[in-house]
Amino acid sequence: MIPELGQFSLILALLLVMLQVGFSFIGATHNNQLWMSVGTSATRGQFIFTGMAFVCLAYAFYANDFSVLYVASNSNSALPLEYRLAAVWGGHEGSILLWTTTLSLWTIAVTLFSRHLPAVFRARLIGTMGLISIGFLMFCLFTSNPFDRLIPAALDGRDLNPLLQDPGMVFHPPVLYMGYVGFSVAFGFAIAALLGGELTQQWARWTRTWTTAAWIFLTVGIAFGSEWAYYELGWGGWWFWDAVENASFMPWLVGTALIHSLAVTEKRGAFKLWTVLLAIVAFSLSLLGTFLVRSGVLTSVHAFATDPERGLFILIFLGLVIGGALILFALRAPQVGLGGRFGMVSRESFLLSNNVIMIAATGAVMLGTLYPLFLDALGMGKISVGPPYFDAVFVPVMTPAIFLMGLAIFSKWKNDDLPTLAKRLKWAFAVSAATALLLPLVLGKWTPLISLGVLMALWIFTTAFVSLRQRLQQRQQGWLPALFGLPRAYLGMIVAHLGVAVFITGVTMVKGYEVEQDLRMSPGESAQIGGYVFRFEGVSDAVGPNYIAAKGLFKVTRNDKLVAMLVPEKRTYMVQNMPMTEAAIQTGFFRDLYVSLGEPIGDDAWAVRIYIKPFVQWIWGGCLLMAAGGLLAILDPRYRRRKKDEQIAP
Amino acid sequence: MKARHKRAAFIIAGLIALAIAAMLVLNAFRSNLVFFYTPTQVVKGEAPQNTSFRIGGLVEQGSLRRTKNSLDIHFAVTDTINRVEVIYSGILPDLFKEDKGVVAQGKLDNNGLFHADQVLAKHDENYMPPEAAEALKQAAEINQKTSKSLVMPEAKP
Repeated sequence: MIPELGQFSLILALLLVMLQVGFSFIGATHNNQLWMSVGTSATRGQFIFTGMAFVCLAYAFYANDFSVLYVASNSNSALPLEYRLAAVWGGHEGSILLWTTTLSLWTIAVTLFSRHLPAVFRARLIGTMGLISIGFLMFCLFTSNPFDRLIPAALDGRDLNPLLQDPGMVFHPPVLYMGYVGFSVAFGFAIAALLGGELTQQWARWTRTWTTAAWIFLTVGIAFGSEWAYYELGWGGWWFWDAVENASFMPWLVGTALIHSLAVTEKRGAFKLWTVLLAIVAFSLSLLGTFLVRSGVLTSVHAFATDPERGLFILIFLGLVIGGALILFALRAPQVGLGGRFGMVSRESFLLSNNVIMIAATGAVMLGTLYPLFLDALGMGKISVGPPYFDAVFVPVMTPAIFLMGLAIFSKWKNDDLPTLAKRLKWAFAVSAATALLLPLVLGKWTPLISLGVLMALWIFTTAFVSLRQRLQQRQQGWLPALFGLPRAYLGMIVAHLGVAVFITGVTMVKGYEVEQDLRMSPGESAQIGGYVFRFEGVSDAVGPNYIAAKGLFKVTRNDKLVAMLVPEKRTYMVQNMPMTEAAIQTGFFRDLYVSLGEPIGDDAWAVRIYIKPFVQWIWGGCLLMAAGGLLAILDPRYRRRKKDEQIAP
Repeated sequence: MKARHKRAAFIIAGLIALAIAAMLVLNAFRSNLVFFYTPTQVVKGEAPQNTSFRIGGLVEQGSLRRTKNSLDIHFAVTDTINRVEVIYSGILPDLFKEDKGVVAQGKLDNNGLFHADQVLAKHDENYMPPEAAEALKQAAEINQKTSKSLVMPEAKP
């Protein structure tokens, strides 16, 4: 009964979203208030029914209703409750429903927080988002219905893939989807502006908050996923340049470019067309990501569907959305106008260069991700493009961007000159360069890449410091009140940029100084690695709710002092009879100790993997700082002067 | 006039920078492509020497051997027609099993032994790595052809 209710809710949601689209667009064309408000009400109804479908599916998982095919394929009665609920998005059908639900969440947020927008503009925005909802609801209902019944019902379910039975599963997908789908708002803003043929600085201000909000979610979502891969996959990497990771990274890069381009459009009225184009591209890449992950063209931890019909559906939808948006762009772009002029050395030009670099980086990632797929699709053989390609390309492409980042904080809008900039920043550069050359020597290993990494991180730190000091001096107060008196948007920018510096520090230290060893160890044996002694005490058996495990015990000492007792596990999940490695990690501010069990290799001996990862937590700490910076920027009171907006708005 | 020159210089500098970036990217791309070969192709000698490539297929039943006191592992990858001996040192993925799909990346030595530096298995029970599936499919096609030619020796394909 409950699943049918869910199914029925989905159908109602589809009908309502059609009303949402129809009434919004027609109302906007004729400037009819009544029609437009019907569109808004339909949006609320759509949200309620999509949400209800989602709750129904969650209930089916909660109640172990194995007469629902999707539940039977992705859950099991022995599965702990939190994972049963997370299993809602553990397979293809449910994750599409999550996508749809997230989209309706963003749409309802737009209706609630955008009352200050001109009615016609708002109606077009809601209509555009509705069009995307139609696509996904149809996709859900016609090709991937999570409520399909299984008759006769299964006695028990096939269980959630053990890889996914982890707290990461509870947070990573919803947060990431909030980010992915959040770019649909920026997309809607872009389309509404193109339809209206008018793009004001006001527009950029409205769009900025929404874009930054989506970007925050995406940043945190990617960081969660990376940390999860680090401790769950059992081999201690934090980024594999796997096609699915790239699928989430490409919208992030473009989204980052979009945030910066929006800043220019808001402050200076420049880059208008470029900003609109970026908004379209960012969302298109989100859709492309969904296509790559959900269509079965990629096979990885993330891919479930191998139904060609589904792939085709998303591909056609992708073509319609991107093609339609670009045609509209081509038709309407001339009306939007180009915006203000700026000098060759100015904050605008630095931001523009940064934008171009971000796009180039996106292009490089896309080449490495899609080229193998194209070759395969054309039947020209199977190839793969591994991490070495991305490493080799990404560092040189991003280096100038990091350098420009420091300059851009300082330079003035419209026009600036290099000699003044150089004079102001000479100390920042000298200190960074000297430290970058010497620090690796002190740490005992010097390579050009380590030096470059340290240089880039310090360059951001020092330029941010100089900029902050300069701002505080202008205020002539004590430094603490002055710090709190600074605009939050500025502080947010500084915090986010420091996040990049922290991230680079983490990456540089891990890549430069990590110690990795695969060993054969018997109980009682010790291994000395990077100043630590790892003593293998032995293995005992343990039983979990739906698995049995071998628990290893490692005693880690340094200079005969106990540092940690690490308990890595080798689990076997009963339902799918699938082995899983659970690494044991002691995290620290400056280093992680990482032990994972391979397999028993005779005579009580085990294959053991021991890593020491210096500064690895800084990688995710940096991402969280970036997100925190974004949050600070959103909270800037400038974005909340709604009353004034209303008076200015046409 | 001067402003126009400046702008031209700006644009040209930008184009040069883009060209360099494109060159970097394409160069890195070419030197990091990893090609895939089936065991049959390897046995026929179609695979390159001294360049890293991938092979895929099933881990042959009964071929898994460990060396005492080290992490060295020998196994054979088969597409049901031909087999390639593989040596690997390190920890195998959780789902590495005999008679299951596997993909290995590494180099071939002069004796036809494949030195793997990476071994990939599948992510869950129902899933076969695409390279492994491809190798089995090609082998099945070859099998079909040979059986046809046995039935009708004169027939041309």
